[in-house]
Amino acid sequence: MTNLDPDLIQTIVVLGATSAIAKAFIRQCCNAQTKFVLVGRDEEALDAIKSDLIIRKARSIETIVADLADCFRAKETVQAVMARCSRVDLLFISYGILGDNAEALKDNVLTQEIITSNFTSVACLLSEFTPIFEKQKTGSIAVITSVAGDRGRQSNYIYGSAKGGLALFLQGLRHYLSKYGVHVLTIKPGFVDTPMTSAFKKGLLWASPEKIARGIRHALLKKKSSVYLPGFWKWIMIIIKLVPESIFHKTKL
Amino acid sequence: MVVMYRNSTIPTGAMTPMWTSWGRLLSIETPQHPFRKKPFLSTNGTILATGNLKSYGDSCLLSNGTAFSMLFQDNILAWNPQSGRLKVEAGVLLDHILQNFVPEGWFLPVTPGTKYVSVGGAVANDIHGKNHHRVGTFGHFITSLKLLRSNGEAIVCSPSANSNLFQATIGGLGLTGIIDWVEIQLIPIKSSLMDVEWLRFEGIPEFLELNTASSHYDYTVSWLDCTSSKKGKASAKGIYIRGRHHPDPSCLSIHKKPYLKIPFNFPDLTLNKYTIGMFNKLYYHHFPKHKKGTQHYDPFFYPLDQLIDWNLIYGKRGLYQFQCVIPFKHSLSTFQTMLDIIAASGQASFLSVLKSFGSIPSIGLLSFPEEGLTLCLDFANQGIKTLTLLKQLDELVLAARGRRYPAKDATMTRNQFKQFYPNWNTFLAYKDPKISSDFWERVSPQ
Repeated sequence: MTNLDPDLIQTIVVLGATSAIAKAFIRQCCNAQTKFVLVGRDEEALDAIKSDLIIRKARSIETIVADLADCFRAKETVQAVMARCSRVDLLFISYGILGDNAEALKDNVLTQEIITSNFTSVACLLSEFTPIFEKQKTGSIAVITSVAGDRGRQSNYIYGSAKGGLALFLQGLRHYLSKYGVHVLTIKPGFVDTPMTSAFKKGLLWASPEKIARGIRHALLKKKSSVYLPGFWKWIMIIIKLVPESIFHKTKL
Repeated sequence: MVVMYRNSTIPTGAMTPMWTSWGRLLSIETPQHPFRKKPFLSTNGTILATGNLKSYGDSCLLSNGTAFSMLFQDNILAWNPQSGRLKVEAGVLLDHILQNFVPEGWFLPVTPGTKYVSVGGAVANDIHGKNHHRVGTFGHFITSLKLLRSNGEAIVCSPSANSNLFQATIGGLGLTGIIDWVEIQLIPIKSSLMDVEWLRFEGIPEFLELNTASSHYDYTVSWLDCTSSKKGKASAKGIYIRGRHHPDPSCLSIHKKPYLKIPFNFPDLTLNKYTIGMFNKLYYHHFPKHKKGTQHYDPFFYPLDQLIDWNLIYGKRGLYQFQCVIPFKHSLSTFQTMLDIIAASGQASFLSVLKSFGSIPSIGLLSFPEEGLTLCLDFANQGIKTLTLLKQLDELVLAARGRRYPAKDATMTRNQFKQFYPNWNTFLAYKDPKISSDFWERVSPQ
């Protein structure tokens, strides 16, 4: 498709397009001016999302099947993405795994898997994209981390440390890319009501993927550096970070 | 390992992963996973695909096994704006279809009293609506569907291809395989408004007169005040509601998001026969003898959707629903006896609905609707007292050769199931051996 009016047409690249938050975000961004490049591992799920976006009248949709957690394939994946679009207006990274902390303590292969999926592989992909954004001198990068990355907790510190590391990486990347006019957004969601958590008892702290997606769009528009979603998590995490270790160790968080 | 993103930071053990159906009679702890093909095929033991869990009883629950939630499968796969054919994944909610296609001038061919049910659930229960007397059930508008069987087969069925499996799946309670996608025929509308008439009636004979006079209306239903019935007299008061889509082009606006939410379980005493009686009287007198007007489709079809989690009004104890259909020749006497028994029991149904089903035969082997009058009641769970009442009502249904609706059932026995659904034997041949539900464990003929 010829790019007649580059100011209006947006290209959005989504890594981990089949996640609940990504799906909600993609649908909200979808209009006749949006071109999507969607990357994920599940071909059937990607095809279904593609059909859905065609009916929602997206300008164009490309899908790429790739194992994003494989660090050695990062270069290949980014090349595949760039073969399908001339530039990237928004790079949205939404894949990751929670993993089971207790299981991972028994088997360090799981520990490695959690760290690789949530941190190392994302860092590799972002590093591959960095020169592209440097050259473009425009665009946004939005990456989902987690409130779990703000403080290490006994129940969840492997996942938490990977997400915390990722947040730190993004902070540095934001610093580096700021002189090129590229915006980097760190997204820290709290509890999100996805079908995967449908078995959980929902309380006041839970939010829908649609609500998180709206928050992400707002943060992108406002060029925020980092955002807690929903916003009240900012205050919860301030308190959690302030609790002294001596008291924190008495909790089961 | 990639893809599914989960932002929970609390370890799984910290919260009890409980789930329940809309009647909230039973909470179970079975793990529930988002549906993925590979884990579905490799899971050992019994499985069940679930939708939005709006069934009242236990047909959407599985205590011993693994449940797969289809809600994540919510993509629209194909749409033909000329013919109105829509192909969607099973987890798409009716709400979602309305949001996307009402502005284009299309509507659901059949809709139940809530828009928050999944398409997969609508097929599995072969749902009916206020237009049953004119068009039949949801199943009549399904042009094809894809079924994933636990042996790895993927079968596309339609009225012409694999039609036996198609008939078993429509109303098949999700037991014939996992419904992957469904192709539905939508109906064209010119406006999102409805032309509606409300008419008061007193007694079931008067209802029947109105019903005969209203058969050319596309949508008919009536609300019944079961507390107003006097023993031995067919005197229950009610409001007869009939309507049709506004025929002239006007706005095609979608419904608004609900704004009221029941925040917690109301005390058990909230709903008793006195408060129910009072509410019903007020509601009845809210309407004049005959009222005409226009109304958006949302309050017309989905009055209770305005109130999120309305089932919490019944309190922690939960509620039993009772919906039966009785052939016309027995319905008048049976319903009158039912109302007498309910009054004598000291229990009352908050929302009672009376409607006639038309003569179009249902497609599904286990479809609930058949020609006759259907009555829908709900009772707060008062333990043995309510169970005794339900048992008495069941006996009347059996005697009148009627049947009860599995989606609203928590008490049906094996014997009753066999009598209500004489096609059960044929159905068994198409049931997927790995799929079951608590309902099925309870009623399956052994």
